[in-house]
Amino acid sequence: MSGDFPRVVARDLRVSVRSAGQWLNPLVFFVIVVTLFPLGIGPAPAMLARIAPGVLWISALLAMLLSFERLFANDHRDGTLEQWVLADAPLSLVVLGKVTAHWILSGLPLVLLSPLLGVLLQLPFEALPTLIVSLTLGTLTLALIGAIGAALTVGVNHGSVLLSLLVLPLTVPVLIFGSSAVTAAAEGFAAGAQLSLMAAMLAAALALAPWTTAASLRVTVASDG
Amino acid sequence: MFRWFHRFGSAPFVYRAAGAVAPWLAGGCAIALLAGLWLGLVVAPADYEQGDSYRIIYVHVPAAWMSMFVYTVMALSSAVFLIWRLKLADVVASASAPIGAAFTFIALVTGSLWGKPTWGTWWVWDGRLTSELLLLFLYLGYMALRGAFEQPRTAEKAAAMLAVIGIVNIPVIHFSVEWWNTLHQPATITKIDKPSMHISMLRPLLLMVLAFQLLYFANLAVRVRSGLLRREARSSWVAELAAKASGGTGHAASGDTATDHG
Repeated sequence: MSGDFPRVVARDLRVSVRSAGQWLNPLVFFVIVVTLFPLGIGPAPAMLARIAPGVLWISALLAMLLSFERLFANDHRDGTLEQWVLADAPLSLVVLGKVTAHWILSGLPLVLLSPLLGVLLQLPFEALPTLIVSLTLGTLTLALIGAIGAALTVGVNHGSVLLSLLVLPLTVPVLIFGSSAVTAAAEGFAAGAQLSLMAAMLAAALALAPWTTAASLRVTVASDG
Repeated sequence: MFRWFHRFGSAPFVYRAAGAVAPWLAGGCAIALLAGLWLGLVVAPADYEQGDSYRIIYVHVPAAWMSMFVYTVMALSSAVFLIWRLKLADVVASASAPIGAAFTFIALVTGSLWGKPTWGTWWVWDGRLTSELLLLFLYLGYMALRGAFEQPRTAEKAAAMLAVIGIVNIPVIHFSVEWWNTLHQPATITKIDKPSMHISMLRPLLLMVLAFQLLYFANLAVRVRSGLLRREARSSWVAELAAKASGGTGHAASGDTATDHG
């Protein structure tokens, strides 16, 4: 039982790394969207610096939204997901493993690349650590929340649009506080309050999301009706 | 006590009971609506600051409260459905969703119409308005999820899970006025001590809330009846009803297992 979690993470990482689209897509999307903002709004440095926190956060959120459908799609297609649901291993642990692997490949690259993009958007230097911390906490939370939506829409045709609609209201607090933390840091204020709240949201998501995702999977995958 | 509870597991019983109760609810709603509108639009004095434009409160506030009340009903009955497998609970949840969405939409639109003369803007992105908009998305997401599955049983359970998950949005909306510094007026009625609204304006507001509640329950009764018919289309009691309705010579309704579109 205790070896299940690392095994699930390792397996998912191995499977996803082999198809470059799995992990490269969100990253490329992140970069492209961030680049589009100055092109669409104008390159005035002062204005870019003001909107940089929001732009970075929205782009990260959209990139993560794009990746959620991939969480269970492959396993559902070849029947592995059904085996997971029926297996002995606690399903919430399996879900946690899959979400961890998904974050390592879809969320962590965003976090690592964000300081570079922040500099491109004229984000003040002192805001960069807060950017990294807030994005780490935020993308982890988003990955957990997105898993719930992915589980509810697994196997649905064109489920990604519905997934985004379902997941959006739950992700809004993460976006609000994450972007607010970076804005506060950019203006020279302490962002401790926002970051503490984000850590609290992550703790709540860690406690509730795997179990909720497992329950949703049992509803949508195991077709006992 | 359990016998009373068990009756709600019987679809024909609920069908008949809802049919008996609905006219009374509708009648009560009409009376409360007329009384509330009369007291609110004609009798109540004009506000010292806003003049007569404040009177939209008599539609806006009850609609906003109902939007949250209906979502709570939806989430609770979804929880009952998931835990106790009570079919009626799922019918209530799916019947309530479009009504709740309509209330939310009305609250948003009337709020916007009220905001233009008083705040100078149609919309502002503060805590309460944003949360109400997100509540509308929650309703729409619930209805969309229900319609997305081919298997009706899967659709019911998945949508029920979504309703229970989204319940966290309700306290956020209620407390958002305290948590965020906003343009919106702070709560005037939910305090234990004297409300800060004059009684002549408060009375019609409470009447309108009662009217909207009765409106919801009257609508719910009718929708639950049709929801039960659709769900149980293949059962014998529906066949009997259909036979009676077509003069005793008709065939039983060929049950279409299309998902309940709310």
